[in-house]
Amino acid sequence: MALEWKFTAKEIAEKPELFMSGHRACAGCAPATVHRLILKAVRGPTIATNSTGCMEVTSTIYPFTAWKIPWIHTAFENVAANASGIEAALKILKRKGKLKHEHVDVIALAGDGGTFDIGIQALSGAVERGHDFLYVLYDNEAYMNTGIQRSGGTPLGAWTTTSPAGKKIPGKPQLKKPIANIMVAHEMPYVATASPAYWIDLLKKARKGLEVEGPAFLHVIAPCPRGWRSDPSKSIEISRLAVETCVFPLWEAIDGEYNLSAPSKVIALRPERKKAMEEYLKTQGRFRHLFTPEFKHIIGKIQEVVDRRWQRLLKKCGMA
Amino acid sequence: MVLTTQKGPRAIALNGDEAVALAAKQCDVDVVAAYPITPQTIIVERFSEYVHDGEVDTEFICTESEHSALTCCLAAAAVGARTFTATASAGLALMHEILYVTSGCRAPVVMAVANRALSAPINIHCDHSDSMVERDSGWIQIYSENSQEAYDSIIQAFRIAEHQELSLPTMVGLDGFFLSHTLENVSVLPDETVRKFVGQRQIPLVKNHEGKFVPYKLDPENPITIGPLDLHDYYFEHKRQQEEAMRKALGIIRKVHDEYAEVSGRRYGNGLVDSYRLEDAELVTICLGSTAGTVKTVVDQLRAKGVKAGLLRIRTFRPLPVQEIIKALQHVKAIAVMDRSCSFGGSGGPVFHEIRHVLYDSNIHPHVVNYIYGLGGRDMSQLLVQKIYRDLARILETGKIDKSIKFIGLRE
Repeated sequence: MALEWKFTAKEIAEKPELFMSGHRACAGCAPATVHRLILKAVRGPTIATNSTGCMEVTSTIYPFTAWKIPWIHTAFENVAANASGIEAALKILKRKGKLKHEHVDVIALAGDGGTFDIGIQALSGAVERGHDFLYVLYDNEAYMNTGIQRSGGTPLGAWTTTSPAGKKIPGKPQLKKPIANIMVAHEMPYVATASPAYWIDLLKKARKGLEVEGPAFLHVIAPCPRGWRSDPSKSIEISRLAVETCVFPLWEAIDGEYNLSAPSKVIALRPERKKAMEEYLKTQGRFRHLFTPEFKHIIGKIQEVVDRRWQRLLKKCGMA
Repeated sequence: MVLTTQKGPRAIALNGDEAVALAAKQCDVDVVAAYPITPQTIIVERFSEYVHDGEVDTEFICTESEHSALTCCLAAAAVGARTFTATASAGLALMHEILYVTSGCRAPVVMAVANRALSAPINIHCDHSDSMVERDSGWIQIYSENSQEAYDSIIQAFRIAEHQELSLPTMVGLDGFFLSHTLENVSVLPDETVRKFVGQRQIPLVKNHEGKFVPYKLDPENPITIGPLDLHDYYFEHKRQQEEAMRKALGIIRKVHDEYAEVSGRRYGNGLVDSYRLEDAELVTICLGSTAGTVKTVVDQLRAKGVKAGLLRIRTFRPLPVQEIIKALQHVKAIAVMDRSCSFGGSGGPVFHEIRHVLYDSNIHPHVVNYIYGLGGRDMSQLLVQKIYRDLARILETGKIDKSIKFIGLRE
């Protein structure tokens, strides 16, 4: 895959905004930043589709829209089926000479609820069928739009309104589902993780996902200040810390071959650079209850999970 | 199976599912997305054969669920493609959410429903429970009496659904097994005739958020936002527009039916209701679907004995042709409304609700009773239909109704 293009700050600034300001996302909303960035990576005519969720709700309150490209939303659990139908229609209309454009890209965007949980069936089906589209998971680790309920993407120990920091059960007792690995297991051509803190990496991965033939899956960590109980001015810092603590390592798997991306590779090569979990947890009120004598041991558990998953990833990348 | 390239119509033996698949093929559908479910399966099997043998140029998406099947059709229609799907029973129930989204997005998807009972207990045979659940979903609903009509209705459905003034999804019902799996002589039109009749998919113009009129589709040259968040300040108006379109559909269904009659020589009443020996009828049965065939036989038997019996078949159930129903029943004295589904805890079946309601505001007030019949594929025999007419005769004679809602053809 020859990638001739480069993304520089100047080029990105000069590219027209396709996800416009004026939307109703909260202050410090990383998913909104992710949407803006993803649309900076498009290579030509593009159709986007969102699942139900924060970004659908905040970007399209009728009669306003933040989208400068054709966009459709139908329901919560089916964004990958939207993409399948769009891609099939583009293909046949082109074959029948009814499409004006040489090629139109398709991007599906969904949150963690729409991907880990209710949308996984449609996603798995679309990938198995091999539709050519980029799926972007903006992961803010809970159902934020409905008021911060836990999802399959919520990490161990996190407070949400349905995994409250109770006296007996301190936050979510279960682990975060390894969704990107599940997608790699589909033997799809391109899977990657990204963080808005490393925006050039994110843009390049989005572009690769568009250029690859067949389905591509991009898992982006996207802090939500309301749900994470974090400072709205720190969303990008937190998404950097997620990478630096190996909570959310950056990697890509091209045709199933795992490779660490630069920000995580540095840590793999120089493990002393790996930051302690607490630094990440402390930035977010959703983990506050863990900093008590009673529940401090949960932090150790979280560290164990992070370390175990990191080691497994290093093995997959041939760096263990 | 290239049988339809000949110049004139030709009769071939097809079951209902095959007739539907052939009609969809002749309509040159761009995208078909479907998931297999008995008794619809033959439709997707035949269509797969057409695709794999290169007899049709269609993107056929074998989805992982009916929910995704309808979603694919909806999204493909939003790009400007002609789309088709088929399902039954639990499959239609799984689509329920997206049925509303499809009509709300005004996506002109055409769907065949091989009518089948809903679980539990699981049952693969015919009744109308599946599509009756969806009568408020904003889809046009046409019910076929036989496989010929299923074939004809699918062709008409594309013209209706894609009509510029409607852009409404359209469902064509065919009774599971009774039609879907029963071989019948079906007169099919040449491919060219069908293609000419349905024409190219038309895309209506809509005002975009900048006040410019643009084609209502996902087009990079004229980007629009479809399926936005629509709150209390606009949602209500948009729903009202759907109801307006439904009302308008009555005239368009008739018009398309008339034009099709010119091409095919076949008519189903006026396209909305189909009357049989109703002119001077006093005792009348009202039903949907394949049961009408049995009722017609009984009507003939009764007429031979001098009984003024008749039948009104509702072909288009949504939108409900209120005026046509009232007009057709002008001389009628006693009516038996037959429902092949049950509205548990309600006052009779859904067709009964509609008919009695329609008559309340009309100039006529015949006796109206309800028979729930044939659930889970239970046969509706001539004997049972004869019993219904006997009941009606008794009601007319005595002026008394012992029970206005009855179950017929079951152990009690």
